[in-house]
Order: sequence, then structure tokens, then C-alpha cells
Amino acid sequence: MATVEADPRVLAAARSSAPAVVEFRGVSKRYGTDVGLFDATFTVGRGEFVFLVGATGSGKSTLMRLLLKELEPTAGAIRVAGRDLSELTRRRVPYYRRNIGMVFQDFKLLPNRTVYDNVAYALQVTGHSRREIREKVPDVLRLTGLSLKLHHYPDQLSGGEQQRVSVARAFVNHPPLLLADEPTGNLDPETSIGIMQLLYRINRTGSTVIVATHDSAMVDRMRRRVIELHTGRIVRDEATGLYAPQTTAEFRALLED
Amino acid sequence: MGLAFFVRESLRSIQRNAIPSFAAMASVLVTLLVLGVFIPVVQATTGAANEVRSKVMLDVYMKTDARPADDERVRALLGRTDHVRKVEFVSKQQAYEHERKRNPEAYALLGSNPLPDTFRVTPDRPENIGRIRNALSPDTPSGGRTVVDPAIDEVKNRKDETDKILSATRVVKVMTGVLAALLILASVLLVSNTIRLSLFARRREVEVMKLVGATDWFIRWPFVLEGVFLGALGGVLAVLLLAVGKIALLDPLERDFALLSAPQTVSFAVLGLVLMLAAIGVAAAGSGLSLRRFLRV
Repeated sequence: MATVEADPRVLAAARSSAPAVVEFRGVSKRYGTDVGLFDATFTVGRGEFVFLVGATGSGKSTLMRLLLKELEPTAGAIRVAGRDLSELTRRRVPYYRRNIGMVFQDFKLLPNRTVYDNVAYALQVTGHSRREIREKVPDVLRLTGLSLKLHHYPDQLSGGEQQRVSVARAFVNHPPLLLADEPTGNLDPETSIGIMQLLYRINRTGSTVIVATHDSAMVDRMRRRVIELHTGRIVRDEATGLYAPQTTAEFRALLED
Repeated sequence: MGLAFFVRESLRSIQRNAIPSFAAMASVLVTLLVLGVFIPVVQATTGAANEVRSKVMLDVYMKTDARPADDERVRALLGRTDHVRKVEFVSKQQAYEHERKRNPEAYALLGSNPLPDTFRVTPDRPENIGRIRNALSPDTPSGGRTVVDPAIDEVKNRKDETDKILSATRVVKVMTGVLAALLILASVLLVSNTIRLSLFARRREVEVMKLVGATDWFIRWPFVLEGVFLGALGGVLAVLLLAVGKIALLDPLERDFALLSAPQTVSFAVLGLVLMLAAIGVAAAGSGLSLRRFLRV
């Protein structure tokens, strides 16, 4: 609270003229009297890679869940690919979600299915034909480096490999938008780099990627756009930001020297 | 591929929840066995009771010294009485012949004819029999009954027997109904509980399904099918057991006891069909109950 006296520096730097994939306009979400998100306004263009940073309870997960339409905003408008989410009927929500890949801290894999089946499951439940499944699943598993682990069960894999499966499942449909909520939260730094590289590779194929994270080293290393949240407010939006605001980072650099 | 996927998923789930699935299936089985036994029994007793009701008659006994003129007067009186559909005259001679045939020794000993002339009165509807009786033989203030014509000795009916049979049937019907209702309730709850367990066991899968954009009905179908499978399995077993029971027990007895082969009971094929539908209905209700309450999709 006292730490964020600085004005939100909203940097609309070098954003392409491509239509916004995600657009938040004055979005607020209250849980009773608690504020989950307050007056959030930002846009994410196509093909961007965005880090969402902030302490626990700062509103990162609220933002993600609003994007998935698991929650309804109490005020403001959210547009995804130009479409207002409030106009989306309940019946259409599943079809909307097929355009969003989602990766979680705890992987959310099905323990009684093999790697291949876990990824294929996402296609099965969205009504893809067997042929499409046979074509797409090996491809995405090759991309994620799991070609040799097809018939392993999740508990036979390391944490990093499990997260790769989860990324493969999120990306098998080639969604235009990929959300990752603390994807490296349970992983050691070495493995985290691998996952982040994977997300970056996915981003390079044209998907917009939004990553909520606590992993300061990763954010600092990648130097991508950073949106910082604090108690539900956007306090910083930089095109090539660090995990912490510039001043503290410099301070830390001084300390490390 | 949709249907195959649902079927595989629900069978997988039954396998994993073997014991609760078995309990639900057994409960459906017992319910259907009870229904399968009692539907024909109730039908047969109702049929029997209706037969008795249709045979309800009033006997108007003349005094033994009644003359033909008295008979004519009473016959006319009966013709004027409300609710009378048919009057049949049995003279003391006819009655004597009839009874002597049934019990020759006794009547040979008797020598003379002790029987009176009788009118057998059929009411237009069984429940009007009391009215006719009251018209012919009103209650007296002292509690007994008198008669409207001095030549009539007594007016009697067989209503008491009919009442007994009818009330017995009613008791059987009500008890069966209550038993069946309780069993159906138990089955619905057991199936619902099984589906609830299955939902709980698969909540991760449901979460993932929602995440990757499966539609609500896509998520529900495996659970509905699971319930219907359990119901259908219970139904098939119940129908098989009933068929075995019918062939092994009922059919041999039927040859000896005409009562058992009451023509009013449903054919076995229809009964089996009704039971299967009931089983699937009960199971679908059970899974629907759980899905509504516990599957927020």
C-alpha cells in the first residue's frame, strides 16, 4: 500500500495497429465488499507476450477468470477479439473457451490417462474426429518435446514434463489466446526456463500469450511487456518491463554489485 | 465417435465405483421384482373382486305359506322399485330341485319342501343394493327391520361378503402402493448417490472438460448414461428373475389352479416392457437429481 505511491505509467509503446485480442475498459470486480479488480483498462494486441505480475491477491487470477468468463465483471466491458463478453450467452461459453488455451500452476492433468490421452482428451471433448486427433496430438507433443513420453502416466513424469503436457493440451487447438496462471510456480528455475521458452515459442507462432507470474528472474530475463497489479489496480504497464519497477531493480542491481 | 466416447466413459466410471454401482443396481432390481410380482397380483385380486361385485344380488324370500297371488303382488312391487335391473323368480319347487341335486341324502330325509319362493333381484349397479334393500325392508325405530309386504319373510343380500373381499383388495393395493413408492424412492436416492460419488470421483475431469470448452451436455451425458446403464441392468436382471419364477413356479401351478391364470393379468411381455421403462425412468430421475444439485456447469 505505501510502496506504490508512483502513478501508473501506462506505456502505449510501439503497439502494432493489429486489432486488440484483449481489451479491458474500466473493468471492476467486487466480491461483496472486497475489491478483486478495480477500473482496469488495457489492451493486448495480437501476438503480444504479456506478463501479469503482482502479489497474491492483487487481482491476477480475477483477471484471468474474467477472461475465461468464469466470473462476470461488476462494471466495465471486456472485449476479446472484438467481441463483448457480456453479450456471450451461457450456452456459447464453451465454444468461446475453445479459443483460449489455459495452463495452471498445478497442471490439472488427469492422473489415470497417459500423456497422449491427456492431450487427446481436449480434442475428444470438443468433438474432434479421430483422424484430427491422430494428426494433431503427435504434432503438439513433438513441439513440446514429449514425443518419447507418449505412453507415460502423469505420475511417471517430472514436474516440468507434466507442465509441458499441460501446455501441449492448452495449445493442441492452436488457440489465438493462451493464458498461463503461475505456470512455473511449482517448478525449479532450470525447468521454468524450459517452460517459458515453450510459451515463447508458442507466442512466435502467432498466439497471444498472457502469463501471470511471481517469477521475477524470468520476467527480468525475458524483457517483455509487464502489467503490474496491486490490490486490484493496474499500477504499471511497460512495453519491455522488469518484474519490479525500474527504481527498485536498480537498487537491487546496486546491492548485487 | 460421440456415443462411443460417452459409453466408454460411463462404463469406466461404473467399474471404478463398483460397490455403490452394485448397490444402486440391486435396489432397482428389488424394486422391480416387487413391482413385477405385485402388479399381476393386484390385477388378479381386483379382477376377482369385480367379479364378485358383478354377481351382487338381493334375495327376497317369501313366507312359506305365500300363495301365487302374493307372488304376483310382490313381483309387481319389485318392478316398481327404483334401481332394480332384473327380477328372477325361483319357485319353491325349482329351489327344491336345485338343492336336492346338490345334497340328495339330506333332502331325501327331509321328505317335505322347507324352501320358500324366492325373487333374485339384480340391482342396476352393485352399490345401489343397499337402497333396494331399504326400500323393501326399511329399518324400524327399535333397530330391527320390517318388510313392506306382509308376504315377504326376509330380504337378504351377500353384501357383507363382497365388502370383505373389496376391503381386502384395497388393503393389498394400498400396501403395495406404499411399498412400491418407498422402494422407488430408495432406488432413486441410491442411483443419485452413486452418480454423486461418480461426480466427486471425476470432478477433476469435469474441471478439465469445462476448461477446454466441452459443452454442458457433453459433460452430463456420461453420468446420465451411467445411471441409465445401472437401471437397465437392474431391469434386465429383474425381468429374467421374474421369467424364471414364472416358468418354474407359476406355470406348473396354473394347470391345477384356475384362479392363478386370471385372464385379467397383463401378458409377461408387456409387464417386462413396463418394468424396463420403470427401471430406466427411476435411474434417469436419480442421475438427474444429482446432476442438478452437484454438477455446476
